[in-house]
Amino acid sequence: MALLEVKNLRVEFPTRRGTLLAINDISFSIDQGEVLGVVGESGAGKSLTGAAIIGLLEPPGRIAGGEIWLEGQRIDGLDYKAMSSIRGARIGAIFQDPLTSLNPLYTIGRQLTETIIVHSGMSKKAALARTIELLAEVGIPAPDQRIDSYPHEFSGGMRQRVVIALALCANPGLIIADEPTTALDVSIQAQIIALLKHLCRNHGTAVMLITHDMGVIAETADRVAVMYAGRIAEIGPVREVIQHAQHPYTMGLMDSIPIIGHDVERLRQINGAMPRLNEIPNGCAFSPRCPRAMDRCFVDRPELMPTEQSGQAACWLFGEGNSDGGGDG
Amino acid sequence: MAISERKGKPALGAIARALDSDIFHSFIHSPVTVISAVVTLVFFIGAAFAPWLAPFDSFDPGALDLMDAFTPPAWAEGGVPQFFLGTDDQGRDILSTIMYGSRVSLTVGFVAVSFSIVLGVGSGLLAGYLGGWVETIVMRLADVQLTIPAILVALMIDGVARIMVPFHLRDQMAIYVLILAIGISDWPRYARVTRGSVMVEKNKEYVSAARVIGVHPLFIMLRHILPNVMGPVLVLGTIGLALAIITEATLSFLGIGVPPTTPSLGTLIRVGNNFLFSGEWWITLFPSAALVILVLAVNLLGDWLRDALNPKLR
Amino acid sequence: MGVAMADALLRIEGLAKHFDVSKGWLTRMIENQPRRILKAVDGIDFEIRKGETFSLVGESGCGKSTVAKLVVGLHRPSGGRIIFDGADTAEATSRKQSAALRRRWQMIFQDPYASLNPRWRVLNIIAEPIRMFKLAKDAQEIEDRVAALLTQVGMSPADGEKFPHEFSGGQRQRISIARALSSEPEFLICDEPTSALDVSVQSQILNLMKDLQQQLGLTYLFISHNLAVVYHVSDHIGVMYLGRLCEIAPAMELFANPRHPYTRLLLDTIPDLNMSGRARQPVQGEVPNPINPPNGCAFHPRCPFANDRCRDEIPVPQVKDSGMIACHAVEEGRL
Repeated sequence: MALLEVKNLRVEFPTRRGTLLAINDISFSIDQGEVLGVVGESGAGKSLTGAAIIGLLEPPGRIAGGEIWLEGQRIDGLDYKAMSSIRGARIGAIFQDPLTSLNPLYTIGRQLTETIIVHSGMSKKAALARTIELLAEVGIPAPDQRIDSYPHEFSGGMRQRVVIALALCANPGLIIADEPTTALDVSIQAQIIALLKHLCRNHGTAVMLITHDMGVIAETADRVAVMYAGRIAEIGPVREVIQHAQHPYTMGLMDSIPIIGHDVERLRQINGAMPRLNEIPNGCAFSPRCPRAMDRCFVDRPELMPTEQSGQAACWLFGEGNSDGGGDG
Repeated sequence: MAISERKGKPALGAIARALDSDIFHSFIHSPVTVISAVVTLVFFIGAAFAPWLAPFDSFDPGALDLMDAFTPPAWAEGGVPQFFLGTDDQGRDILSTIMYGSRVSLTVGFVAVSFSIVLGVGSGLLAGYLGGWVETIVMRLADVQLTIPAILVALMIDGVARIMVPFHLRDQMAIYVLILAIGISDWPRYARVTRGSVMVEKNKEYVSAARVIGVHPLFIMLRHILPNVMGPVLVLGTIGLALAIITEATLSFLGIGVPPTTPSLGTLIRVGNNFLFSGEWWITLFPSAALVILVLAVNLLGDWLRDALNPKLR
Repeated sequence: MGVAMADALLRIEGLAKHFDVSKGWLTRMIENQPRRILKAVDGIDFEIRKGETFSLVGESGCGKSTVAKLVVGLHRPSGGRIIFDGADTAEATSRKQSAALRRRWQMIFQDPYASLNPRWRVLNIIAEPIRMFKLAKDAQEIEDRVAALLTQVGMSPADGEKFPHEFSGGQRQRISIARALSSEPEFLICDEPTSALDVSVQSQILNLMKDLQQQLGLTYLFISHNLAVVYHVSDHIGVMYLGRLCEIAPAMELFANPRHPYTRLLLDTIPDLNMSGRARQPVQGEVPNPINPPNGCAFHPRCPFANDRCRDEIPVPQVKDSGMIACHAVEEGRL
């Protein structure tokens, strides 16, 4: 049984100008200990997916349909109290800005011990010992001295390590990491990514890694889902999606990333921009920008279907009766 | 189409945009706000067109007849329909006097608030943008003045100005002195708010972009930064208007506001105060009610404006 | 550096910028603290030739953005000289001289959401330099020029009537570029122009900038922390760390043959999209606080090749081919 299963999730925002569908019928699963990357550009809906799963959708946003199953238990639609007990204990969260993830008024030691006590009922002494252990694990030097420091006394990279410790302290089965390295320097990013990978392998924690940075996905993820305009465009093993992309959007995306050693005069660009939520075209949302669009693409919306590789893509190029296939990646 | 071809359309477009905007929407859907706006509008119209709308001219001493004094309101015993809300101790129709009085109150209120805003926003702009000793001086001045209640400041300025004005000009100058006093008493709030906003805007890149091409600091302050900091100032302004009206009423009530020949709501309340316990309750009650309703309506409008302009609540 | 290039459009000599970040006088007296100076830029030299793209890379606190602001005049240098087209910019003191100089360069900023005044129409935003430098005779000519600029950056003339919030990040950056071009400059300073944009939009903007460079013969100073982007756009690259330059080299050579240990560290942190399975060894440690930089070579705490000399002596830049390197280990032949 998969650790997390999302089925036909829909998230909408009622506004006075009509209801905007921000996530439009997506389905995926994450297995125990697996790292799933969710990649997409701004407005694709990837952060909202994480927020919906962990129950932190900001009103007026709400889940309008679909099911979310965690370890065989349905968790969408649970009330605030039930969701609070799941958060932290079974699903951990790491957000982008380490400054705002930690309460500036409390020492990090206190924040960690409190969380541990709330979720595991350990004694204060035991929780303190566990805190020091965790801080050492995430690479904070001299942890027994630093538990009395406040968040602002740490650098960005160190703070993010503390946030990771906080996310792991109750031993959740799943961690949702929303752009965990975007606000950090390049050299620190590499450290944090390595740490996250290492810890999750050791604890057997699954990770849903949400980011716009393909490089981070390449280093960390087992599988990756590419989102576009509220739907999943392609999903599959990371090596396949990156090197042999099947969906024209993924192909365009990979081509537009400059790569060292790869000399081109001009980068391949995808003309136009992702449509706004209230301007999503009929049929496939990518059709106006797609170099391989067929007539059908403007009318029928494609669901995820098997490609020539082992993943899936929501593209009529892989529909039945298409001997064309996906072309080269 | 070329930019010039659309010149005729922007005006209409602006109105259409305004009607469709989120702000107008929140306005229409809040009954309290709509009522407040209507009430304020009624006051404005009544005050502006008093000479044509009021049944009597309260400021014309010749038209008064002492025999009409102390007439109760029309629905009470002894009242007459032409003096709908009754008359005061000199035979002035209360309704007309309220309308003329509101005129004074609203004029003084508006001009005083405008003066405060110009003074406060101006100094806030300079303090926030230039920093250094300019900021220190302006802000410390504001701090010092904020320790003194605004009404005392107004009293003080009013008192000092009166002494300086020659006796025979006193009545004429009273309104200007009043406006000066109320205006000066309230500038620190605007200065503080503006300075804070300016400090935020100053670091934004559009200001840097203007500095790169060598735009003069004054131009930057007025054309670039000022339009972006006016939001909170407007909110404070509506509430400041209410405050100014009350301050004027208070000063007039104390007898050191407008001269007795051009009564405002405050003067009326003072006059009526003398007769409150002798049974002629309407002389104080109606002007007081008018004052309360006007100030309440303006305050509620200010509340709505603050909520509407707050991006976090949208 | 070294032989002054005849066709160097910009030459920076010993540029330095110090910020006084001391606490107030009273606090210092009471707590007996010394003055604290932040040396954002601590003596750098480089040159940019006409028509080329020179990039400055580095992580936060290295001073690259401060360099950009010093070049355009947003900050006053604490030391050193900025020589633009042969003339020292500090000598342009009168308004007229200053304006003549400012016309020749422009800046593009990082944040497309803060770099356009939200209350101004796009037409006026783009026309501001035209009006400032009096480059058009009447309103009609201004309109025509703005329309031409909007078309040049891939937008439509009708967009001039709209406000910034009606556009996406990529479109706003195009508007910024149009505005930068409106005074017909020769030199564009670009401070992380695509860092806030999505990857697919980034490629559009980078292509646009390359096209414009070819059409108009522009020279670029490109500031970025993204090495892959820098690889794609640059002719020469300077690597900065804590206010000093570590290495300058032609782009291809820097990536093929990085000499300075910090450059090697940076290149090592770039994720491998080719998925060659290369094992990365992320170097431990973080960028130190610029207020309190380490003695000697600023990089020595994190450098695997540091020796005693590195801890005491600041490395002197050595000219090498068409670049420079400031490293004891390289100088001593240990690397």
